[in-house]
Amino acid sequence: MFTYIAKRLAIAVPTLLVLIIFSFLLMHAAPGGPFTQERALPPQVLANLEAKYGLDQPLWRQMASYIRGLISAFDFGPSFIYKDRTVNEIIAQGFPVTLTYGGISFVVAVTVGVTLGVLAAIFHNSWLDYLAVGVSIGAQVLPNFVMAPILLLTFTLWLRWLPGGGWEGGQWQYLVMPIIALSTSFMASIARITRSSMLEVLNSNHIRTARAKGLPERKVILRHALKPALLPVISYLGPTFVTMITGSVVVDIYFSTGGIGKAFVDSALNRDYAVMMGVTILVGTLTVLFNLLVDILYAWIDPKIRY
Amino acid sequence: MVIDKTKMQNLSDRLVEEEVKGRSLWADARKRFLRNKAAVGGLIILVLVALFALFGNFAAQWSNEELDFSVMGNVRDAGGPSLANGHFFGTDDLGRDLFARTVQGTRISLMVGIVGSAIAVIAGTLYGAIAGYTGGRVDNIMMRTVDILMAIPYMFVLILLLVVFGRSITMLFVGIGLISWLDMSRIVRGQTLSLRRKEFIEAAEATGVAPFTIIRRHIVPNLLGIVAVYATLLVPLMILTESFISFLGLGVQEPLTSWGALISEGASTMNYGTLWQLAFPLFFFIITLFGFFFVGDGLRDALDPKDR
Repeated sequence: MFTYIAKRLAIAVPTLLVLIIFSFLLMHAAPGGPFTQERALPPQVLANLEAKYGLDQPLWRQMASYIRGLISAFDFGPSFIYKDRTVNEIIAQGFPVTLTYGGISFVVAVTVGVTLGVLAAIFHNSWLDYLAVGVSIGAQVLPNFVMAPILLLTFTLWLRWLPGGGWEGGQWQYLVMPIIALSTSFMASIARITRSSMLEVLNSNHIRTARAKGLPERKVILRHALKPALLPVISYLGPTFVTMITGSVVVDIYFSTGGIGKAFVDSALNRDYAVMMGVTILVGTLTVLFNLLVDILYAWIDPKIRY
Repeated sequence: MVIDKTKMQNLSDRLVEEEVKGRSLWADARKRFLRNKAAVGGLIILVLVALFALFGNFAAQWSNEELDFSVMGNVRDAGGPSLANGHFFGTDDLGRDLFARTVQGTRISLMVGIVGSAIAVIAGTLYGAIAGYTGGRVDNIMMRTVDILMAIPYMFVLILLLVVFGRSITMLFVGIGLISWLDMSRIVRGQTLSLRRKEFIEAAEATGVAPFTIIRRHIVPNLLGIVAVYATLLVPLMILTESFISFLGLGVQEPLTSWGALISEGASTMNYGTLWQLAFPLFFFIITLFGFFFVGDGLRDALDPKDR
């Protein structure tokens, strides 16, 4: 187990390095510098600015100091557009918000999805099964950027039940729509995966044995069927988590929640490369860590896998 | 002894019959696919959408660039869908004909989906087949590279690419192409690993066929089934990716448009009561995704030999 974790960490480090170097080079390949404006700056001012941000140094030295700052202090450097703010401040402002609604959506998607999938498999070919399958197919073609306007239209414009946007420290009225928009399509995928793997497990030999020895059905399902049936779901959790954070871009636009997605889109439109890089690297790090976590969990639960 | 006439008849029939026609995997699959109602329905929808994209312009009364000054400024009341003034789907905020815009958006979205998936098929199949067939250290390095690339948050990198190199449809293709082949190469490699131990590959090796010829002539044709299924399921994912990017305003640029851009426009104006601007693009978007998912599922069931 320990060597397995060490081996996975050995892959995680170059992954992050590749990501950092790639986005750094990309940023420098961009035509025009961060201080290119409509009215050209006097050359001396430009030279001073470049010296302040270290842009007069050779490329490799800039990259080295950026990586050093990242590793030693998680320092993403200053923003190029907002002269008085660092990238860390901008991220620190939006990230807790994203983490709140992303985390809740994640939990909702997993619990509802697994429950729906398990019930659909137990009551195979009943109305409940058809309902679950229907919902999961329908939700598959409703990505968050389609869900969000539909929700707004229904709950804010027609029914006037919920506020159209804002955050207000995360009160529940402001959380409902972001969570539904983010979790629906994942809930659907998780329900589909759970249903098919549960059906497979329920037809397997050890379940027949458990039933034959007279265990009550509840125990058969909870103790013997659920654990192996959830394995494919676990391997799906890594990508889900990442897409939750990507979905934050849409949620922030529609519901004005002010999460990290807003920071990213704003920086993309303003060409604030430092913030874009910071967010990309942060999300990349989270992705790698989460995938690692999921793999370890998988190895721990599945007795067939021994490393 | 009475001779059983029907049996003799059968025998003579069988003798006259030239040869029993073998059922190939593909003929079998076609039969199963056609029996699957959802899949056939999906296929019909896709054909209709493709016809709409190809020939819709001939039915349009307005071009996608003309502004209808009679509805401009009064889109809410005068710009709705109507047969009388030729705006079958209504107009957008600027008075442009939404029917023509939807045709154009459908073309671009379908093209992005199909090109993205084609890149995945070509690059992913070759990469996976080479890695799986060669094996050993080469395979290890090639697949670790894929692992590393998979862990990169591609949506963010795609946006980064589009911002740095300018928003253009070429860049969108490059960006989508860069990420779409990764999953495909993994699937193909897994399949190749099991094919490599088959007798016919051994026979080819024993007779001295060059490795690349083996891959081209013996491995790739045997991968076609799984590649076809995956490619069909990949098209809607590519369309989703493109729509997401265009929705953010980073994808295709005016005067070009796509479903994502149209949906985004429609969503931003729905407050004013011009719901058709959201409804029509969304309708085409949803039925096409449904169509691809159903066809993909149907193909998978049809080609899955476990299901016989």
